[in-house]
Amino acid sequence: MSTTGRVYAEYSQPLWKRLLMTREAAVIALTLAVIAYSLVNVQNFDGPLTLKFLLQDIAPILLIALPMTLIIVTGEIDLSVASIVGLSSVVLGVLHQGGMPVPLAGLVALVVGAVCGMLNGFLIAYVGLPSLAVTIGTLALFRGVAVGLLGTTAVTEFTERWTDLATGTIGETSIPLVMIPFALLAVAFSLLLHFSTFGRGVYDIGLNSEAAHFTGVDVARTKFVLLTLSGVVSAFAGIYFTLRFGSARGDNATGLELQVIAAVLLGGVSIFGGRGRLHGVLSGVVLIGVIASALRLEGVTVNVTNIIIGLLLIASVVSGGLLAWLSRRLPRQASRASTDPGSTSTRPAARAGV
Amino acid sequence: MTEHPEGAVPPTLELRDVRKAFGPVVALRSGTLVVHPRSIHALVGENGAGKSTLVKVVAGVHRRDAGEFLLQGRSVDFGSTAESKAQGVAVIYQEPTLFPDLSVTENIFMGRQPLGAGRRIDRAAMYAEAERLFARLGVHIDPRRPAEGLSIADQQIIEIAKAISLDASLLIMDEPTAALSGIEVERLFAVARSLRDEGRALVFISHRFDEVFALCDTVTVMRDGEYISTHATAETTVDEMVAAMVGRDVAELFPKTPAAIGAPVLEVQGLTSVGVFDDVSFTVRAGEIVGLAGLVGAGRSEVARAVFGVDRYHSGTVHVNGTAVPGGKPRAAIRAGMALIPEDRRKQGLVIDASVARNVGGVIRSALARTGLLTARTENRAAAPWASRLEVKTNALDMTAATMSGGNQQKVVIAKWLATDPKVLIIDEPTRGIDVGTKSEVHRLLSELAGRGLAILMISSELPEVLGMADRVLVISEGRITADLDRDDATPEAVMLAATHHQPSPTRTEAVR
Repeated sequence: MSTTGRVYAEYSQPLWKRLLMTREAAVIALTLAVIAYSLVNVQNFDGPLTLKFLLQDIAPILLIALPMTLIIVTGEIDLSVASIVGLSSVVLGVLHQGGMPVPLAGLVALVVGAVCGMLNGFLIAYVGLPSLAVTIGTLALFRGVAVGLLGTTAVTEFTERWTDLATGTIGETSIPLVMIPFALLAVAFSLLLHFSTFGRGVYDIGLNSEAAHFTGVDVARTKFVLLTLSGVVSAFAGIYFTLRFGSARGDNATGLELQVIAAVLLGGVSIFGGRGRLHGVLSGVVLIGVIASALRLEGVTVNVTNIIIGLLLIASVVSGGLLAWLSRRLPRQASRASTDPGSTSTRPAARAGV
Repeated sequence: MTEHPEGAVPPTLELRDVRKAFGPVVALRSGTLVVHPRSIHALVGENGAGKSTLVKVVAGVHRRDAGEFLLQGRSVDFGSTAESKAQGVAVIYQEPTLFPDLSVTENIFMGRQPLGAGRRIDRAAMYAEAERLFARLGVHIDPRRPAEGLSIADQQIIEIAKAISLDASLLIMDEPTAALSGIEVERLFAVARSLRDEGRALVFISHRFDEVFALCDTVTVMRDGEYISTHATAETTVDEMVAAMVGRDVAELFPKTPAAIGAPVLEVQGLTSVGVFDDVSFTVRAGEIVGLAGLVGAGRSEVARAVFGVDRYHSGTVHVNGTAVPGGKPRAAIRAGMALIPEDRRKQGLVIDASVARNVGGVIRSALARTGLLTARTENRAAAPWASRLEVKTNALDMTAATMSGGNQQKVVIAKWLATDPKVLIIDEPTRGIDVGTKSEVHRLLSELAGRGLAILMISSELPEVLGMADRVLVISEGRITADLDRDDATPEAVMLAATHHQPSPTRTEAVR
């Protein structure tokens, strides 16, 4: 071990390439392009109410996408989020109907969400069951309990003060108040994923959970924490959802989990885990929201909107595969240091989104 | 051998100078094996001597690169296992692969079920035939029972029944007794002898010399992918066989510089994991390199994993510098000053798709995040000096570990653990699959680390490496420590004898999952 004092470059690519030649940058560019197009070509897209409704519509997706991103990066999934939204909505409604003030009922709803997440987390992290199976089960279970508690009726008598808060905007702007807690959560989650040892563990688990275990990452605890967070944030989204529409129903937000997962994947997170960044995901949510909003203003039906978003998602997955295929066929300039002929991954980690 | 003079009956199997390479790695340099009918032929050699590769060539799994391969005197060239089966070759592996949900009869006749009227499977004929096979082998197995839940011994019997029903003239058994109890071994031997008496040829691979001498009439020794010798078992001894298996001078290959040996650092007491290892106790002192030798599957890596907390254990204690380390928690082991460099660096040692910096900083990052926040810049700055000390060859710190050679990858793993400033280093197969140059670098490094007072536990399948590097050699066989040899007493023969030490344990049977 004679010290040669070998000096390494920190990065194999210049800064602009690391910032712009990424999946996230592509999604952001596409989002900006669609917004620009809509501002010019779609009537009323620049109207005062468009931004407000757009943000109010996507707020639950934005919120739930935060923990969902981390869960999918570990290679797991949580399909029960929309059912937790429904359950927390019913808990809030039933308790409020029984005379409990909204803040207290909301707190109980958050606790219920946490318990739901812990159940998922326990079964996945400590019992070792596959998350796909567990959360398909709890998707049905939580929704069943929600509908069972309230039947087909709805609780609609909420104190106006709280429903106003949910539909209110910041001062004179068109930005809904719910964006404040969202912004705080977004900062917290991005610090957690991108600037903490916990977040490094999240990526390690997604790339190779056995090696993560050998390195001292507590794989089970990490997954348990993430699924619990997912439950709490989903419950918060459920409270917002309920107050915004002034209606607590067992079938609130049915199918929302698919919109969340679609946005996360569109934002560049690999369904196999280990890759993806939060800003890509948030821009994926906004992209879907803008497309839906613009098409609605154009009078296009929801079915067509769904078709377009579905095609976009497939196209994004195909383009990822296409890029990987292309980079394999191109001369392997990035692999000068490589002497391992069996290796297929010659991309620098930064570009792979790690 | 002598009772079947050449010329009268051609040998059942004849391999001459068979060669097989995988890329640059030559697994089999010159494999020679001549097996006659009505004979049980033992094939012995250290781990990595090329026995399995030779068997796979005969079975049609691999195609030979060069050499002669004759079956019943005719030259053959198998491209698949189906071709070898059709020519009467049957291989029975250590852990048979049956379909657990199908009946034992269906397993025997898989893919060639007898057909009755209207091309429907004739179950009655199938069961009758299975019954006849079991009667001939002298075993009592219900032909209708599912394979699930059968002991390993019974699963092997099913495989043998399959081989007989195919009328195999050559049966190769690859370490069939490794998981069997004493009674089961006796039954297997009785079956093997009756097959021999029917005129078939059998090849028996085993690390247990007592079994080789009890069962076989001829023994062929291999070493480093080459044929060494063939003897009638009546005309050789265990000592001669071991000498032929080891056969090289190793002392000066891996020089370990003497270091002052200090106080005990790692103390393991009565470590037991039921069915894996049993009552393992040892001590590693500061400045000492302790080699942990044994055959593949003896439980070496399992002990290392349990000590480090990657796997849980049932009883026993682990102390570092007198402080107890709780089991099952790698994090606690790391805090106590332990480091484990695992055997499979691509799957366990590295996050292969993560960057060099992320990998090197993988364990120390909690210490880097003093304010709770961790930036890529902090990580890179912490990783760079360690990568530099180990002379990791890479263009930039953000290249993925997957792009590097095996030797460089191993340097990254070593850098990652040395960065934690450990007191105890457990290193499993330190030089497996890395080039010769890096190999000697790793050996020099280990020697230097011991010189600085690190306690090192080194697991290796390469006997010369163990003997050259270790101050003391622990030998593990079937989950138990069978020898604790000082450097001067650790001869290849002594280690091999202890490694093949075999106590029949009547309880060791495993069921099909």
